[in-house]
Amino acid sequence: MTTSSFPIGPVRTVAGSAVALSGDDIDTDRIIPARFLKCVTFEGLGEQVFADDRIERAGTHPFDRPEHRGAQILLVNRNFGCGSSREHAPQALMRWGIRAVVGESFAEIFFGNCLALGLPCLQASHAQILALQTLAETHPATAFRLDVDAARLHSDAGQSWPLELGPGPSQMLRSGQWDATGQLVAHDQELRDTAARLPYLSMFATA
Amino acid sequence: MSAGTLYDKVWELHQVAELPGGSTQLFIGLHLIHEVTSPQAFAALRDLGLTVRHPERTVATVDHIVPTTSQARPFADPLAEEMLATLERNCAEQGIRLHGLGSGRQGIVHVIAPELGLTQPGMTVACGDSHTSTHGAFGAIAFGIGTSQVRDVLASQSLSMNKLKVRRIWVDGELQNGVYAKDLVLHIIRNLGVKGGVGFAYEFAGPAIDGLSMEERMTLCNMAIEGGARCGYVNPDATTFAYLQGRPCAPAGAAWERAVAWWSGLSSGADAVFDDEVRFDAALISPTITWGITPGQGIGVDEAVPTPEQLDADERPIAEEAYRYMDLLPGMPIAGLPVDVCFIGSCTNGRLSDLRAAAAVARGRQVASGVRAFVVPGSEQVARAAEAEGLDQLFRAAGFEWREPGCSMCLAMNPDRLEGREISASSSNRNFKGRQGSASGRTLLMSPAMVAAAAVSGHVADVRELLAAPAPHASCLDSEALLSATCPP
Repeated sequence: MTTSSFPIGPVRTVAGSAVALSGDDIDTDRIIPARFLKCVTFEGLGEQVFADDRIERAGTHPFDRPEHRGAQILLVNRNFGCGSSREHAPQALMRWGIRAVVGESFAEIFFGNCLALGLPCLQASHAQILALQTLAETHPATAFRLDVDAARLHSDAGQSWPLELGPGPSQMLRSGQWDATGQLVAHDQELRDTAARLPYLSMFATA
Repeated sequence: MSAGTLYDKVWELHQVAELPGGSTQLFIGLHLIHEVTSPQAFAALRDLGLTVRHPERTVATVDHIVPTTSQARPFADPLAEEMLATLERNCAEQGIRLHGLGSGRQGIVHVIAPELGLTQPGMTVACGDSHTSTHGAFGAIAFGIGTSQVRDVLASQSLSMNKLKVRRIWVDGELQNGVYAKDLVLHIIRNLGVKGGVGFAYEFAGPAIDGLSMEERMTLCNMAIEGGARCGYVNPDATTFAYLQGRPCAPAGAAWERAVAWWSGLSSGADAVFDDEVRFDAALISPTITWGITPGQGIGVDEAVPTPEQLDADERPIAEEAYRYMDLLPGMPIAGLPVDVCFIGSCTNGRLSDLRAAAAVARGRQVASGVRAFVVPGSEQVARAAEAEGLDQLFRAAGFEWREPGCSMCLAMNPDRLEGREISASSSNRNFKGRQGSASGRTLLMSPAMVAAAAVSGHVADVRELLAAPAPHASCLDSEALLSATCPP
C-alpha cells in the first residue's frame, strides 16, 4: 500500500511499475465486495480491494505479490468496472496505490467515477494490453511512464505504446478540472435559466 | 448522431452549459439518495462549505442495509445503524425529505419513487445506484452515478456529462404465458452482451413494449445497465399516464392536463434518427435463466449450459471461469439443477405484479424440503397492498417467509445472505461472484414466477409446466378460512 496522496490539480503523468489483472467483465462487486460498503467514509478500503479474490488465491493474487507492491498502473482487459456504481471501487484501488488504469475498455459509470477522482483510465488494443500484461508479469520491476497529454505509455527499456483517451476527459485531467464541482456551482444564472424552462419544477403550475 | 429521440429532447431541455473540457452541464430534475452512497458526498459538501441547492428536488430513503426481519432501532449491526443515523442527520440538516422505516413510504429507492409519482416523463433522474435506469420506464433519462457525482448534484443540481448514442431495441410480437419482462431483458442481454450497451442509451420500443405494464417496463429498464447501457427508456404513452394519475406527487387538476400535453410531446418522433437499431421477437422467448457469473450468460430453461464450441472465442475465458465457479458442466440441462435458497424481491422484481406472478405459482403448493425461500416486498406500500390481497398468507401457507421491505439478498448488505457454496434462484439482477454475500455463493437469475417454480420443485423448473398443471391443493384456497394452516403439507 502506498501512502502517496490523492491527486490535486492537473494529472499529466503517472510513473511507476505496473500490475496486471487478467479477465473481461471484472465487476465492482469483485473490486470491493458489498460488505465493505458499510461505512460512512472511504478510509481503510485499500486493504479490502479484491478481498474475496485475494482470499481465494491465497497470496498469489497480483495485488498480494511482493513484486507488485507499490505499483501505480493497473493493466486490465475489457469492460473493467462493470456493475454497481459504487465509487468505493476506484477509492479502494487508489487507496491500494493505483494512480492510472490502462485497459481494453471500461464500464461507463466506473470511468466517470475514476475521472471525478483524478484517476485516468486509458484504452489500448487487445494485442497491446496482452503484451503489456505479459511484460508486467515477467518483468515486474519495469518502470513505466504514462503521459496523459500525449496518451502514450513508455517503458524504461525505451518501448512506447499509443493509448486512447477522449478529448473531454483528457482536457479535464490535463487542466485539473476533473473535479467539476466548482465549475458546476459557478453557473448559478445558467442553472436558474434551465430550471425556469422545465415545467415540472413548478408542478405544471402555468400553461 | 441520434436526432429527434426522447433522449435528444430531454438532453437539450436540461443542458445548462458547455464545460471547458467539452462535456455538458446537465440539470438533474430528481435526485434520489440512500444511505450507502451519500454519507461521503455530504461530508465532501461540508468540506467545501456548500449546502444542498435544491433540497425540494432531493428525496431520500433507506433500503440497502435494512434488516428484513426485525427493523427495530437501533439495528443489531452497529455499522448499519451508523449509516442510517448519518442519513437521518444529513437529511435533517439540509431539509431533505426522508421516507424512513415505518413511514408507510419506505422501500427500495427505485420502487418508491415511481409509486409516489416522483418519477415522471421528461425528467432527468440521478441516484448513486446503477439501477437508476429503472426510472427510464416513464420516459425519463435516468442513470446511476458515483459518490463524487452525488456531491455535485447536491451542490449544483447538475452533473458534468457526455451525451450517449441511442440504440433502439424494437421488440415485435407478444410475450407468451409464463414469460415475463425479466425473461425479455435477460434474452436481450444474452444476445447483445454485457458490454454491448457501453456508450449507448437503450430505447425500448415496438408492439411488445407497448403491451407491457409500467411495472414490467421498470423491470426491463432496470437491467439496461446489466447490458452495459447506463440508461434505458420507454416513450411515455397512455399506460404511463394511467399509472401516474392520482399518485401523491403527480400533478393534479388543470396541471395534470398540462403535464400530459408536455409529456406527450417528448416521445421519439416518427422521423427520429437512431445510432443503431436491433430487433427481437417476443414470441420466440422462453423463460430465461442465467447459468454463469454475468447477466449475459443466460439460456432458455429448456436449453443446456453452452459448450465452449457454441460460444464466440472471446466469450470462452469467462465461460470457463463460470463452469468452475458454478460447478456446472458444458452441455448439461439447466432444468433440474437443485437450488438451496429462493429469493423473491429487489428493485428488478419486488413490485406487486411480481409478487402476484410468484403467488400464482406458489398457490396451493409447498416449498420443497431443504429449500429456504423468502419474499421481500420492494416497499412498505407494496407490502401493505400484497397483504390486503392475502398474498402474505398465501406465501406463508406455501412455506415462504414473508419479510419487511429492503434490498436484502440482492447484494446482501443486510443479514440476508447465502452461506458457503449455496445456490440461489433469485429474482434480482446480478449473478456476479460473491454478489449474494458468500464469496463462493452461486446465483441463478430468473423471473419471480420461475423462482417460485424452483422453490416448490426444489430445482430449476419450467414455470410454464406448473402454470399448465392444476396446483395440487388449489381447492384449499377457495375458502379464505382455509388460507393458512389447514392445507395438507
